[in-house]
Amino acid sequence: MRKTFVRGLLGPQNRHLWFWIFVGPFVLGLTLFTYVPLAWSVYLSFFDAHNTVSPTDFVGFDNYTAMLGDGAFTGSLVTFLVFTAFIVPATYALSLALALMVNRLRWAQAFFRSVFFLPVACSYVVAALIWKMSIFNGVRFGLANTVLDWFGAERIAWLSTTDPPWYWLVIVTVRLWLQAGFYMVLFLAGLQRISPRLYEAAAVDGARPGWQVFRHITFPQLRATSVAVVLLLVINAFQAFDEFYNLLSDSRGYPPYARPPLVYLYYTALGQEQNLGLGSAGAVILALIIAVVTVVQARWFGLGRKED
Amino acid sequence: MSMSRRRLLGAGGGLALTSALASACGSNTGRDGDDHAGQPVIEQWYHQYGEPGTEQAVRRYADAYQKANVQVQWRPGNYDQQTAAALLTKSGPDVFEGGPTLDQIQGGQVVDLTDLLAEAKDDFNPAVLAPKTYRGKIWGVPQVIDTQLLYYRKSLLKDAGVEPPRSLDALVDAAKELTTRDVKGLFLGNDGGPGVLSGTPLNAAGLTLVTEDGKVGFDDPAAARTLLKLRQLYAEKSLLLGAPSDWSDPAAFTQGLTAMQWSGLWALPQVKKALGDDFGVLPFPRDGAHGAPAVPVGAYGAAVSARARDKALAKAYVKWLWVERTDYQEDFALRYGFHIPARISLATKAAKLRQGAAGEAVRYATDHGHAEPLLWTSASKTAYQDALSRIIKSGANPDRELRSVVRETEAELRRVKKKS
Repeated sequence: MRKTFVRGLLGPQNRHLWFWIFVGPFVLGLTLFTYVPLAWSVYLSFFDAHNTVSPTDFVGFDNYTAMLGDGAFTGSLVTFLVFTAFIVPATYALSLALALMVNRLRWAQAFFRSVFFLPVACSYVVAALIWKMSIFNGVRFGLANTVLDWFGAERIAWLSTTDPPWYWLVIVTVRLWLQAGFYMVLFLAGLQRISPRLYEAAAVDGARPGWQVFRHITFPQLRATSVAVVLLLVINAFQAFDEFYNLLSDSRGYPPYARPPLVYLYYTALGQEQNLGLGSAGAVILALIIAVVTVVQARWFGLGRKED
Repeated sequence: MSMSRRRLLGAGGGLALTSALASACGSNTGRDGDDHAGQPVIEQWYHQYGEPGTEQAVRRYADAYQKANVQVQWRPGNYDQQTAAALLTKSGPDVFEGGPTLDQIQGGQVVDLTDLLAEAKDDFNPAVLAPKTYRGKIWGVPQVIDTQLLYYRKSLLKDAGVEPPRSLDALVDAAKELTTRDVKGLFLGNDGGPGVLSGTPLNAAGLTLVTEDGKVGFDDPAAARTLLKLRQLYAEKSLLLGAPSDWSDPAAFTQGLTAMQWSGLWALPQVKKALGDDFGVLPFPRDGAHGAPAVPVGAYGAAVSARARDKALAKAYVKWLWVERTDYQEDFALRYGFHIPARISLATKAAKLRQGAAGEAVRYATDHGHAEPLLWTSASKTAYQDALSRIIKSGANPDRELRSVVRETEAELRRVKKKS
């Protein structure tokens, strides 16, 4: 009787046991390090939690109204929308263009593939520091300013100039450099899956190579890859923190521009302020926005829908 | 190491395990600690001081304490954030250098240290003791005083025919005059000033951040007038921006990227080594009819965590090191970096602080020093610095910006007053 119970618990061929052996540690980690903190954060967001994670001062939705009425927080959401609206199409276009070019190469393809992929292996922090200190520093020996000097142009303090907002050039180029190679590889895989017969058929039908073939064959055939790439890009943009923080913060804080929500919340909740309630409320608002955007996007692209 | 092993055995859950691992990593103190075996442990945190020798010195002091096994943690990185987070947990420090901040005091995270200073209180510099005092009680023992000054290159000023600026208007003119294609006039940090200057320009205009009776101290038209002059520095392109190292490092000044730089007293030995006598120091120049020169002064306070293993022992240690052992305090302040001892008796005695630029710096700190008020919370500070940045860089209307800062600061002052 007992034996059959144990056997039932283990499942046929111990499958249940193996299931938990493989999945268990992951589930445990996910619960302990993701779900518990998540729930705790929601809990904290309803309290005045200065310098404490076990608050007693219930404030209802005060933190939420404070956060939504806080110009700096709503401003950070706008910053972030502008950033996403630019970086997603830009990376998409650049990596697709790279993939198309590399795919056409008859020799040294592996070499160029690796060359463009290599920056992916570089950390955001290191890249941000190189961009900040050697390429885009504001003095005469910065790389960008040296180039400007050749043309007799006036030097620019890239990260400190808000009008025009040159700091965006630094932020955007570092991210493009870091991530374009990765998406290029995804596109390459997509390109190589397109059957050569389609191109042959197009040629027979009189399609001109170049734009016409790309528009009617290559691009539609890359649909699945494109959806994945855009989704990944948007998620990555949501997580923007590293390069912003390392490019623009200093020992005394962070300037009030180009401040994405994660950076702002980092200073509110984890900085000296230690206003964990307010920070959590902001995090919950941000999480809700991300959830809505992701769901809408998945619907829009028909993610997971069977291809016909 | 024996301690962390014992703690590891006693650990129940994963969290305790990680804390034990963390302290195992951090307890590499460079000594075996055998002479303190079996004694109660005090964990003491310092932020990473830049000057060589400081770390060895504090470990030496810790080792010399007979009644406990003091384990020093030398913490690089965002120290204030680390301590703020660590004070929420049991694995934080027993003794640490920190503000302590008003929220830490009100939140009951630090211990009242008033009785430690019962006799020596009058010997501590009142300007830096004030922000450690809340409602008559002292929450941190000032360790050493740091201050900041305006360094200027004598030869460059002379070549340009510029006098060392004694008023903010003169500073604006001088910076413009000194700016050439390769050398900028003034360096106030890569952000253009808001971070490092903070309330100093307001002090120089005769205002304060928070008044002694706990009100906003810059709700005054003079504030906007003064801050607008900082905007002028930026708009006239007299400021060095985007230098490889920030204001706290004198590199931009010694390498000739700028003719004047705002930096810390700690930079003085480096500047002297690089430039010899070709430099001078000034306070932030006064502005307006009611203004006076100003320099910021600040001190880390040695504080005891409310979650300390043994509060009485930790307090006794703080008293021993930062009140009784004046020889160590002197050594700490003067031998490695360049700080002013928090004890007046030590500061006046120190020969190193009497001659030349150092002597002037000490005089500025004594006569014109302004410490950041305890009631100036980091929420107010962020609002003010954001506004200052918008005024300087984006040319925002200073009256409007300051009005919103005043509102926000008033709300913060109400919050902290309500709390206690």
